[in-house]
This record gives sequence, structure tokens and C-alpha cells, in this order.
Amino acid sequence: MSHRLSGRPLHSDRHELHGITVVLDTQGAGTYVGRFDSQDERGVHLFDVGVYDPAQGTRDNYVRRSVKFGIRVDRPELTIESTEVARITPLGQIEL
Amino acid sequence: MPYNPALVAPMREEMVRMGAHELTTVAEVDAALGDPKGSILVFVNSVCGCAAGNARPALRLALEHSVKPQQVVTVFAGQDLEATSRARQFFAEYQPSSPSMALLRDGEVVHFVHRHMIEGRSPQLIAGELTQAFDKFFGVAV
Repeated sequence: MSHRLSGRPLHSDRHELHGITVVLDTQGAGTYVGRFDSQDERGVHLFDVGVYDPAQGTRDNYVRRSVKFGIRVDRPELTIESTEVARITPLGQIEL
Repeated sequence: MPYNPALVAPMREEMVRMGAHELTTVAEVDAALGDPKGSILVFVNSVCGCAAGNARPALRLALEHSVKPQQVVTVFAGQDLEATSRARQFFAEYQPSSPSMALLRDGEVVHFVHRHMIEGRSPQLIAGELTQAFDKFFGVAV
């Protein structure tokens, strides 16, 4: 009897980060945490995006809080121009 | 909008096969989580193949461990909307994500596995981290 419904991505034709929650830092002061969907000529498309607000504390504390408590979604989706992207890091790779 | 029930039925059955009690109504959630005694794992199921496709087999593997929660219950995000919303009130400090897992001991959240802790990881790796949490929070003190 097979128990294996799962264990295999349904979207194997997509970008390698598709479906992965990432921290996206921009060339400026912007930091976004969201689920990577795709990248095309318009930029990087994220879903369920948390937007770092410097008034609420440091960027590192914001990311650490997202790791521990999850992402407070500020925008259901967001596109960041590729030229603005400085670094993309899977949230799951960030240690507290 | 919920998916076709026929599509998600195998995902529900996968949970039930491993011994999880499915909660589909607010009343069922309250009955299961309202009494804060003991240890319980709440699995928030999801149709997402990227993450839930590894989370379900990971939990099945983890439940083969000698130390495990007394109860395993599951709600289905995007399907059983009211039940899922109610369950999330029991771990409201944590932002909603699915799939995810909350480990509760006597009503207190002692460990939480977010979706981002599941994505891109093998079932074996996720299961290993889960069993560490089982040992830490549900093991018998000697």
C-alpha cells in the first residue's frame, strides 16, 4: 500500500525559489519577507509580503521576529524591480 | 475559495492514516483544544505541494518516534475555514501560515513549525527536528 501522496513539488517547472519564503533586501533600505513566486522582465514577484518598517526597530530584529513568529502580511503581493534587488535569502536558512 | 473536495480528499486521508484526528468545525476544535491538559500537536494542512508535500510525510515519520504528543489533530487551511481560524486562536501569537505545526503542552505553545521551516527540506530532516522537539517538550523527566 502506498502512503505517498506527497513529497514532490507540484510546480517543478518554476523558478528554483518558487514557493519558498525569502528575505529580499534592496539596494536601498528596503527589506521584504514573502513567498517567492517568479522573476521576469518586471522583476521579482512575491506573495504574502511583510514590509520592514524602520520605525519599528532594526532590520535584523524584524527578520528574526519573522523567523520566530512568522510573517505579518502587509501586502498580498508585491513586485520589486530586479535592478533594485541586492540579496535574496531563504528565511528558513536564517538562524536565530 | 476552497478547492474541490475530491482534490484534497487524499491529503485529508494521509493525515487520518497516520493517526491524526481531523477537526472540521469550530465545535470540534473547541472540544479538542479547549481542555489544556496534556500534549497535542496541531497540524495545519495545506494543498501546497511544495511544502505540505514534505510536511505530511515528515510528521508521519516523526510519529514513529518513541516520544510523541498524546494527541495529533489537524485542520485544513483554505478548506475548513472556520475550524482553521478557530484553531489559530489557540496559537495567535504566531502569524498564520500553512502548512504549519503547533506543539502545545497544557495549553501553552512550546514549539512552532512555520511553513518557512518546512520549505525545501526533506521529510527526514523535518522529522528529525520534530522528534528533537518531542524529546525536549514531551519527554518524561528522569
